[in-house]
Amino acid sequence: MAAPVIATGLTLLVGSLLFAVLGYDPLATLQAFFIAPLNSLNGLSEWLLKASPLILIACGLAVGFRANVWNIGAEGQLIIGAIAACGVGLFYPDPDSILLLPLMFFAGAIAGMAWAAIPAFLRARMNTNEILVTLMLTYIATLLLSWLVHGPWRDPAGFNYPQTALLSAAAMFEPFDYAYRLNASVFITVVAVFLMWLFTDRSFLGYKMSVSGAAPLAARYAGFRESAAVWTGLLAGGAAAGIAGMAEVSGPLGQLSPQISPGYGFAAIIVAFIGRLNAFGIVLGGLLMSLLFLGGEAVQMNLGLSAALTRIFQGILLFFLLAADFFIFYRLRRIPEHA
Amino acid sequence: MPPRLELRNITKSYPGIIANDDISMSIMPGEIHAVLGENGAGKSTLMKIIYGAAQADSGEIFCDGKPVAAHTPATSRALGIEMVYQHFALFESVTVVENIALAVSSTFDLDALARQITELSNRYGMPIDPHRRVHDLSVGERQRVEIVRCLLQAPKLLILDEPTSVLTPQAVVKLFETLRQLASEGCSIVYISHKLDEVQELCDTATVLRNGKVTGTARPKESTSAQLARMMVGAELPEMHVSPSVPSDKPVLEVRGLTAPARDQYGVELKNVSFEVRGGEIVGLAGVSGNGQAELISLLSGERTHPNALAIQIDGKAAAHLNASERRKLGMAFVPEERLGRGAVPPHALWQNAVLTAHRAGLVRNGLVDRKQASSFAAGIIERFKVKANGPQSIAQSLSGGNLQKFIVGREIALEPKLFLVAQPTWGVDVGAAAFIRQTIVDLSRSGAAVLVISEELDELFEICDRLLVICQGQVSPPLIRTKTNREEIGLLMTRVDRGNGSNGRAEVAIQD
Repeated sequence: MAAPVIATGLTLLVGSLLFAVLGYDPLATLQAFFIAPLNSLNGLSEWLLKASPLILIACGLAVGFRANVWNIGAEGQLIIGAIAACGVGLFYPDPDSILLLPLMFFAGAIAGMAWAAIPAFLRARMNTNEILVTLMLTYIATLLLSWLVHGPWRDPAGFNYPQTALLSAAAMFEPFDYAYRLNASVFITVVAVFLMWLFTDRSFLGYKMSVSGAAPLAARYAGFRESAAVWTGLLAGGAAAGIAGMAEVSGPLGQLSPQISPGYGFAAIIVAFIGRLNAFGIVLGGLLMSLLFLGGEAVQMNLGLSAALTRIFQGILLFFLLAADFFIFYRLRRIPEHA
Repeated sequence: MPPRLELRNITKSYPGIIANDDISMSIMPGEIHAVLGENGAGKSTLMKIIYGAAQADSGEIFCDGKPVAAHTPATSRALGIEMVYQHFALFESVTVVENIALAVSSTFDLDALARQITELSNRYGMPIDPHRRVHDLSVGERQRVEIVRCLLQAPKLLILDEPTSVLTPQAVVKLFETLRQLASEGCSIVYISHKLDEVQELCDTATVLRNGKVTGTARPKESTSAQLARMMVGAELPEMHVSPSVPSDKPVLEVRGLTAPARDQYGVELKNVSFEVRGGEIVGLAGVSGNGQAELISLLSGERTHPNALAIQIDGKAAAHLNASERRKLGMAFVPEERLGRGAVPPHALWQNAVLTAHRAGLVRNGLVDRKQASSFAAGIIERFKVKANGPQSIAQSLSGGNLQKFIVGREIALEPKLFLVAQPTWGVDVGAAAFIRQTIVDLSRSGAAVLVISEELDELFEICDRLLVICQGQVSPPLIRTKTNREEIGLLMTRVDRGNGSNGRAEVAIQD
C-alpha cells in the first residue's frame, strides 16, 4: 500500500526539480499544475470528465492483469469502440431514436471486445504473446480511424477537415449543465467500479482469475482453464475500453477525428497499477492521472511549458511505482568481494 | 582433547517465536552426532547458526576450544565446517568438475581438480565421473557431488541435512559406509534427521530438540525407537490401526497401456503403464524421484491430459482426456508433492485456499464465493487436522510446510473422494502429525475409497499400503502384495536395469547407488 504514496511523493519532488531546472519557481509551478486546475467548477468538471475513461478502462484492464493477462492495447480497443459507436450514431436510420444511445453503447462494447478477441484467440489457441499483439493492433486501429475520417466517413460539409459529421443530439450524453462538459457517462464508470469490485472480490470467476495470476500451477491443479482466464481478462479490458471510446464520442467529442484520445488507453495501465489492481485504488489512481492531464494542459496554456510534460509526469510516476515496489520487496546488500 | 564443536547456551528468536532456546551441545572429533527433532523443532535454525548463515542472539560457539567470532559461512569454511544441504545447489547444465570449481576457492585448474575429484571419490567408495553433466546424474549421484565438494576442503566437521530423503535403501547403505569411513579418519559429522532407524544405525550420540529446546541426549544405538520418539514428540506415538482391506470388485482407478512422452529434456517418458486401484485398498507407488513419478501424477490428476481417453478410467469412465476439475467431478481428490504454488496459492488466505478445490462443497453460490462457508470449512480443517495457524485468515505461505500439508490433506479428505491420489503425504511433516495423516488415509480407504500413495519413503509405504508398485525409468512393475515382499525386493526394482528397451548408462549407475 505504501508504494503508490511513495511514488506520488517522489514524482512531485522530481517534478519540482524539473521545474527548477527549466527556470520556473517550483512551488508556483506545482500550484499551477496540481491545484489551480481544480479551483473552478469547470476545472472539477474536466477533472471528473477525464478521470472517468481512465478509471473505466483501468477497471477492465485490472481484471486481466490480476490473472497475468497483459492487455497493453486498450488504446486501440478504445478507438475501435469509438468508431463502431460513431458509425451507429451516423448511419442509424432514425437519428432521433431514443434507442440510439443504448445501441451505440453496445456497439462500442462489442467492438472493443471483438478487437480484444483477436489477441485472446491467438493466445488461447497458439500461445502468442498478447502484449505484442494488443500493442500492434493499436496501431492498426489508429490507422483505420485515420483512413475513415480522411476517406469514406469524412463530413461532406466539413470544409475538407478530416472529421466526421457531428452526431445528432439523441446520440449524445446530455451534460449535467451546458456550461460544463461533464455528462451522465460518469455513471457508467461508477457502475463499472462496483462491478469490478464484485467480480474481483466476490465472484468465483474472479477468484479463479486471481489463482491463475498468483499461482498458475495451482490453477492447473484445480482444473481452472487457462484459456478462460485469457478470454475473460482480454474481453473485460476490451469491453471497458470500447465503452470508454463510445463515451468519448457521445460526450466531449461528438464526432470522430484522427486524434480522439490523449492516450487514455495507455495511461489507464498506469492507473491500474497505481491502484494496485483494486477497484477503489483505481478510482484514486484515475483521479491522480486525470489531474496530470489537466495540470499539463494548464501549465502549457498559462506558463508556456511543453505539452510533453504530462507524459513525463506519467513516466516518472510509473517508474517510481515500480522502483518503490522493488525496494519494498527486495533489499540491496553490499556483498564483500570475497564472499 | 577439546570438543571439535561446542555450543553454549545458544538462543535465537525470530519475531513471535523462539527458534532455539538455550541450546548446548558438544561434538568430539570423529563423532557422528544426530540432531533429532520434528519439523519446526529448531534443527534448521541451529544448523544455520553452526554454519554461520544465521547469528545467535546470545550464546557462544567454540571450535577446537577456540571461540568463533564474526561468524559467516566463509569463516566456517575456513575453520573446516562444511554443509550438505537437503536441496542441492548444482547447476544442471554444466559438468561435475565445473560445478565444484565454482564452489571451491582454489586456482581454476579443471584438469587438476578433476583428478582430485576422481581420486577422492574413489577413496570414499562413491565414484563419480567429473566430466559428466549434472542433469544426467541420478539424485544419489548429485548428492555425491555435494559431498565430494565438501570433502575437497578436508573438513573437520560435516553437516548433513536430511541426506537420505531422496535415496534408495541401497544408496543409504553406501552413504553410511562413506560417513563411517570419514568419521574414523577424525571428521566429526552432524547428522540431521527425523528418521529414527537411521539415527540408531549410524550415530554415536544424539541431541533431541523439541520446540527449540533440548529435551534430551541419548546414545541411539542403546535406546529404543519408542524412547527417542517420546523425546521428540513429548508423548507416546499413537499406534496405527490398519484393518484388513476389502477391495471392491471393480477398480476405481484403471490405467491401461499409458504411454506418454517426457515433458521436457529432463523429464522421463512413460512406457506402457498399466495398473489398477480398487475401492477399499491402498496402493503404494515406490521409486527414486525422477523416474517418471511427476509425469504419471500429472497425467493421473488431470493437470496434463492424454489424447487416448481410455488410457485412464475413473470409476469406469474414460478420463484421460479430462482436466483436473472434470476428474474431480468423478470423485477424485489429489494432494500434490509441492504445497506452495500447486496445492495452495501462496499469497491467499486459508479460506481462499479452501475454495481452490472445495468450491463444489457449497462454498460458491450463484457464482459468488460464500466467504462465511469457506471460512467455516477452513476452520473445520484447521481444527480436525490440528493445523497450527491463526485461523482461516492466515496466509498460506506464512504456514510451515508441514502445517500447510496438513491443511491440504485435510481439504482433500474433507471432499470425501472416491479416488484419492496423494504424493509424499508426510514429507516434512512431524512424526506425530505424520502418524495422524497416515491413519486418516487408512481410515479413508477402509470406508471404501481407492487410494494411491506416491512416496519415496519405503517405511511409510510398508506401513499403510496393501499393494505396492515400483516405478523405474517410466515403467511400472506388476503389483506386489505388501505382506509377501520386502524392502530388498522393492529396492532392487527401484534400480533395475531394463533389458527390454536396452540399458543406458543411467540405469547402470543407479545400480551402483
